Amino acid sequence: MNAEPIPAISAQQIAGTAFGHDEALVEVRDLTVRFVTRETTVHAVNGVNFSVRPGEVLCILGESGSGKSVTLRAMMRLLPPRRTRIEGSIAIDGQDVLALDKRALGELRGGLVSMIFQEPMTALDPVYTIGTQIAETVLRHKGGSRAAARARALELLELVKIPEAARRLDNYPHELSGGLRQRAMIAMALSCGPRLLLADEPTTALDATVQIQVLILLRRLQRELGMGTIFVTHDLGVAAEIADRIAVMYAGRIVEEGPVADVLRAPLHPYTQGLLASTVHGQSRERDIEAIPGSPPDLRRLAAGCAFAPRCGLVQSECHAAMPEPRYTAAGRMARCVRITQAALAAAE
Amino acid sequence: MLAYIMRRMLLAIPIAFGVSVVCFSLVYLAPGDPLSVILPADATQEMVAQIRHAYGFDRPLPVQYLFWLGHVLTGDFGMSIATRRPVILEVTGALSNTFMLTSFAVPLAFGLGYAMGALAGCFPGRAVDRLVTGAAVVGVSLPNYWLGIVLVIIFAVEFMALPATGMGPKGSAQFSLLRWSDAQYMILPVVTLALIPVGIIARTTRAAVAEVLNLDFVTTLRAKGLSEIAVIRHVLKNSAPQVLAVMGLQFGYLMGGSILIETVFTWPGSGFMLSKAIINRDIPVLQGTILFLSMIFVATNLVVDLLQSMIDPRIRRS
Repeated sequence: MNAEPIPAISAQQIAGTAFGHDEALVEVRDLTVRFVTRETTVHAVNGVNFSVRPGEVLCILGESGSGKSVTLRAMMRLLPPRRTRIEGSIAIDGQDVLALDKRALGELRGGLVSMIFQEPMTALDPVYTIGTQIAETVLRHKGGSRAAARARALELLELVKIPEAARRLDNYPHELSGGLRQRAMIAMALSCGPRLLLADEPTTALDATVQIQVLILLRRLQRELGMGTIFVTHDLGVAAEIADRIAVMYAGRIVEEGPVADVLRAPLHPYTQGLLASTVHGQSRERDIEAIPGSPPDLRRLAAGCAFAPRCGLVQSECHAAMPEPRYTAAGRMARCVRITQAALAAAE
Repeated sequence: MLAYIMRRMLLAIPIAFGVSVVCFSLVYLAPGDPLSVILPADATQEMVAQIRHAYGFDRPLPVQYLFWLGHVLTGDFGMSIATRRPVILEVTGALSNTFMLTSFAVPLAFGLGYAMGALAGCFPGRAVDRLVTGAAVVGVSLPNYWLGIVLVIIFAVEFMALPATGMGPKGSAQFSLLRWSDAQYMILPVVTLALIPVGIIARTTRAAVAEVLNLDFVTTLRAKGLSEIAVIRHVLKNSAPQVLAVMGLQFGYLMGGSILIETVFTWPGSGFMLSKAIINRDIPVLQGTILFLSMIFVATNLVVDLLQSMIDPRIRRS
């Protein structure tokens, strides 16, 4: 197993030192994911770098098709292998995920790393009971007897605060409400004590009130169990609730990254600024919500320059030349926009 | 679950009732007067009236139906016009001959079709899928009576390895599966019969497995770290209700004994008997056979329904 991180360019070394010297739980370097069919190639992820420390919550924020879910799935190699080309490196707890053989990958999935999905109705097997599905995961990774696995499943349902857990164990997914289903999903993900939790829009399909409950539960469990977490969402409110750091994705690239408060209070990238402007918080009813004009680029034909340039109100000629390299205004505070130097200089003066 | 079983069984009763009405009315739906077969051509008007009264044809239809139903429920289906033997003996004899074929053809066909379909469904778009799909299309398209004749030409005429037709020199009464001299007569009909449902079952299984494999929960199973074999086990269970539905139908068809195949092999089963009864205008035999086969269909459907609901609890709710 190759535990050596890929040699990083200077900017990334800055990013690496930003959080002191503790060992990163996740190191993703220059990740690209392409979906290749006979007709076309979709460039879903185009050079993504990030790291997550143990116990840290990174929120990947972006709209549909920005590559956030693909990034997450690539980390567990859940994308269809025949159509997917993954390049770059993914290291989780020192393991080179892209180089793992089938057996080691099976150990990693559900053991070291767990995933929670968006739609708990379709993400759970409809013809097995909740208890069986959780126990199955426990048996896979921890072994032991069926009875012990079932007892563990009960503990887990109690951990995620499912009322009447003992009875729910024998329920099928369709017999539970959306919120309870997602709690069961979380229980399953936590069953083998993962060090990294990947959450793919886990609250999007839920009612607003249930959403908050599940978020609070996730945040509490994440802290209690000290899991590193990558939380993918398109909801700024959710990100504000749960994240330590935010990475904003656009057209398969991280365009801005930083501590949650900095990114939400003082966004650097015009795209993040647009996202924030288009949310509703207490402005008058008469005012129109500001929307970002245009639509995301076609990932089959990405132009050379900044992918956001065609929609950007602050576009300059320089933007069309090449995708701006990551620029840092402070350690761990990054944006990929040509205007950063000017802004940073202005701030420094 | 018990309540569901009871409900399904109660629901089967009106279906069975409807089937019996249709069977009864066959006598009147069939062209020609049923009495004309029995009566001599030069029968007098009085004689016709007498016979009509003796058979109860002068009574109102619902009354006739109730009488008929009463007889049927006590196992009395009347006499065969052609053989003058009780219909019940004719039908059970023919059905047991057909059952002998299907009890081998069904496991063979369902096993083969399911295995092919599951394999193809697990690797959609790959070589094995194309092979199976191609074979299934050929299997579905080939007329099976033609295939039967071809098999007879190859194995009975050319190689003289197997007998061509019939149930052996001693006939169906003394037929024994344990004697090779008898059992060899079954091989060609069983193989031909088995090839009918293989294609459709392979295709249904392939479609069901490939569809389930695309569902979100399969990703969850992989994300749990399950091996591909364990994932496939989940997928097969999920696709089973669809496959069972088709298998149930095919089982019903095979119990009807393919008329064409039993004719090609002169196998004295239910299909062969049906064709004879149609040619002879043997209405009581026709009625009895169709009633029995329909009841087998109703029972098979019931069993399939119950199996489906045991596999997928969501079916119970509707």
